[in-house]
Amino acid sequence: MSPRELLGRVGRYTLLSLVLAFFALPLLWLATAPFDRTPEIAASWPEFTLDNVRELLDNENALRSLRNSVLLAGGTCALVVTLSALAAYALSRVRLPGRDGLLYALLLLSSIVTGTAAMVPLFNLAYELDLIDSRLGVILVLTGGLLPSAIFILKDFTDATPVSYEESARVFGASPLQIVRHLVVPLIRPGLATIGVWSVAQVWGNFLIPFLLLRSPEKSPAAVVMYTFYTEGGQPDLALISTFSLLYSLPVVLMFLFVSSRYGFRFHGGIKR
Amino acid sequence: MPADAAGLGRARAAAFVAPALLLIAGFLVFPALWTIYLGMTDYRLTGLAAAEPAFTGLDNVRRALDEDQFTHSLGLTLQFVVGSAVLGQALLGFAIAWLLRERHGALRRLVEALVLLAWILPGSVVAFLWIALLDREDGTLNALLGTPGTAWLVEHPMAAIIVFNIWRGTAFSMMLYAAALSSVPPSQLETARLAGASSWQQLRDVVLPRIRGHVLTNLLLISLWTFNDFTPFLLTNGGPGDETEIMPVFVYKTALFNGELGYGAALSVLMLLVNLVIALVYVRLLRAREAAS
Amino acid sequence: MAAIALTGLTKDYPGGVRALDGLELDVADGEFFALLGPSGCGKTTILRTIAGLEEATAGTVVIGGDDVTRLPPGRRDVAMVFQDYALFPHMTVTDNVAYPLRIRKVPTAERRGRAAETAGQLGLTKQLDRRPGQLSGGQQQRVALARAMACHPRVFLFDEPLSNLDARMRLEARTFLKRLQRELAVTTVFVTHDQAEALALADRIAVLSDGRVRQVGTPTEVFRRPANTFVASFIGSTPMNLLPGTVTAGARVLVGDAALPAPVGEIAPGTPVVYGIRPEYLRLTPTAGEDTVTGEITVVENLGSTQLLTLEGPAGTVQVVVPEDSEAAPGAPLHVVPRADRALLYRPDGDGELLTNCPTPGGAAPGA
Repeated sequence: MSPRELLGRVGRYTLLSLVLAFFALPLLWLATAPFDRTPEIAASWPEFTLDNVRELLDNENALRSLRNSVLLAGGTCALVVTLSALAAYALSRVRLPGRDGLLYALLLLSSIVTGTAAMVPLFNLAYELDLIDSRLGVILVLTGGLLPSAIFILKDFTDATPVSYEESARVFGASPLQIVRHLVVPLIRPGLATIGVWSVAQVWGNFLIPFLLLRSPEKSPAAVVMYTFYTEGGQPDLALISTFSLLYSLPVVLMFLFVSSRYGFRFHGGIKR
Repeated sequence: MPADAAGLGRARAAAFVAPALLLIAGFLVFPALWTIYLGMTDYRLTGLAAAEPAFTGLDNVRRALDEDQFTHSLGLTLQFVVGSAVLGQALLGFAIAWLLRERHGALRRLVEALVLLAWILPGSVVAFLWIALLDREDGTLNALLGTPGTAWLVEHPMAAIIVFNIWRGTAFSMMLYAAALSSVPPSQLETARLAGASSWQQLRDVVLPRIRGHVLTNLLLISLWTFNDFTPFLLTNGGPGDETEIMPVFVYKTALFNGELGYGAALSVLMLLVNLVIALVYVRLLRAREAAS
Repeated sequence: MAAIALTGLTKDYPGGVRALDGLELDVADGEFFALLGPSGCGKTTILRTIAGLEEATAGTVVIGGDDVTRLPPGRRDVAMVFQDYALFPHMTVTDNVAYPLRIRKVPTAERRGRAAETAGQLGLTKQLDRRPGQLSGGQQQRVALARAMACHPRVFLFDEPLSNLDARMRLEARTFLKRLQRELAVTTVFVTHDQAEALALADRIAVLSDGRVRQVGTPTEVFRRPANTFVASFIGSTPMNLLPGTVTAGARVLVGDAALPAPVGEIAPGTPVVYGIRPEYLRLTPTAGEDTVTGEITVVENLGSTQLLTLEGPAGTVQVVVPEDSEAAPGAPLHVVPRADRALLYRPDGDGELLTNCPTPGGAAPGA
């Protein structure tokens, strides 16, 4: 190995170590504190215990917020996946006038509007529709915001499936709905999984919309409840916060691992346009 | 591609698209339009103007442009976008993708897993992790650096949320560049190597021209996302004072804390316009690229 | 009984592209019929219009006496094998073959039985539980055939059925396909751009270009008497030599400095013509004469049992197929004599139609 190559290699590993340290550092606390008998704000080697977990499982408030998160995420995910799959398929196979322009405009709008810019009218709209403090309201608002990107990503998947499958089934006499059920859904399953995971993750972590639209604490999801844990009432309960953080993070991490091992979390061609 | 392979027909296709479009129209397009209208009123959360908002035309916009608070907030937001997204996430993401490009071992999986973890953990959790990391009394960072008593979020609030956002969002750029790098045909890199090009020359002459489209798309998306990101609020509440009052936080405080809904909406509209300008600049660059190729 | 009749078939694509223009074509019951032409000639459009995947702008499609022009594909009782086979990747071989029966609501047990039986006929018994991705190209093709056979259609439509196979498999599959079609005796239309495939498989061939039928005939007719210069240069593993010349007295055609024998018939001396002769019908001769084409060998291509020589001379560029043992070398002079009964004369202008009436029978006109 020439000195130059050696230098390159050393440089490379140094850089990678720095990257590792930078990304690992904030996560350390999440790994240690939940199992520490006396958790502190600094990450330290824990005196191992599962008491914190046990305590959390007795905390009705915390568990209820997780259930709320599941409801919101599940509902939004189901709506987003179903509606975006139908729309993406139709848009991919039938030439509707102005399709591409419309799709781009919506994509742009969704990445701008979702969340903060439209919070005032979103609040008003929910109020007018009697959807304040309603989980359905949160689900609908979130779905509307996620759909354009979901359609865009899924259309990539449907565009990538050869039309000869569908034509072949059509020559055998399959109806459009049969084609969707028998062929399109199984063929774009990785895409559906990607959209599903992505939408669950988006909702799971979304703080603003439920914070804006839900009034009663019994309906608040974990994102909002977690925020109240560490901002209200003087001394934060570190044992509760850390254990709750872990429990709250676990589902998205597991889901992500499952999907990426099973289907590969991939970017399709359209992303590069 | 032959149109309509499944024989959907226009009517059925429209029925497939309709539910999604309805929801998008109702909960995305309509609120956006409503924002524009509200921005031209003196609508308030409470008081007389709550019942009967008066139409005030462009007064709100004029007020915003006159007030230092708006320009201050816009300036902070641009710092935040350029620092954390355009420079931070994009460069770090590319660097990681480049360093890992031909590796498949445990190291690659570990790095990718940690970077991704920062991206997929819920915002409330990562916000608290960073509060803990940067804590004045016994934060891990102070312990490591031997700087006890440094209140990072108070003394360097902008730097703190910029570094936080780099940590949080680099995963997307990393994955996108990894995909882009794998789309560069090995034969082209090998040709460059046979011609005696160094790593840096390969990067400049073969890789970058080929992934320019990816770079621009990536910058467009992360710029818009960062511009509209609300998570720093969980870290600093916009403070101390208004030192981290980036646009989303500024709108939130104006509209819902101060109850000035009309003014808040006008700020949102201005925010949308800035977003639009950003988007148009990138789309222009993309077009120029397509025209050139 | 399922003859196919296409009358006045016209297909316009959005944007004003006319793929087919008033096309007339008849396929007899049980016939193995090839649509042959270069890419973009409209052959696939014809196939897809018969299947119903494209709707004709004007004209009618009649299958077995029923006008199916406006019927959706599923109700035309045809089966199609796609170029990429379109085997559903998430289904096993059995499920793929049984799919048409599933659409027809045949009970599960029965359709699995019938699928297994059909697949068995094509030698796929061991592969029944495999997915398409685990099969070789030849096996995939047979699964696609089995799926087409499973619903006993009136017509088979094959889109480039052999083009996805490697060269050796292709020959095997060709023989297999021809035997299968003979046994089933189902009217079959197939599309190909490979003239050798069309000649080998088809009972009759329609040669197409630019959305028009240039000739319809048996393989022998199309090979021996191409109706125009397009067909002449498209059919045959080496294209026919087409040399500009002039008719002279004594039933000969002056090409360069050679006066070649030709079926001149009634054509007046002095008329410009194109003299067509296949490379296979030129014979080496040791000495130059009045009726020999003379030139210098510029390229020698070894074709195994024969050699293909390219000559440059007063007559222009001429290709000759000679036996393997001829000792040809680039740069050497060469003299060749055409077989008079294989020479054809074409109009030098217009569509380059055949001018002479040779005694070969047939020569069916398009749509006749």
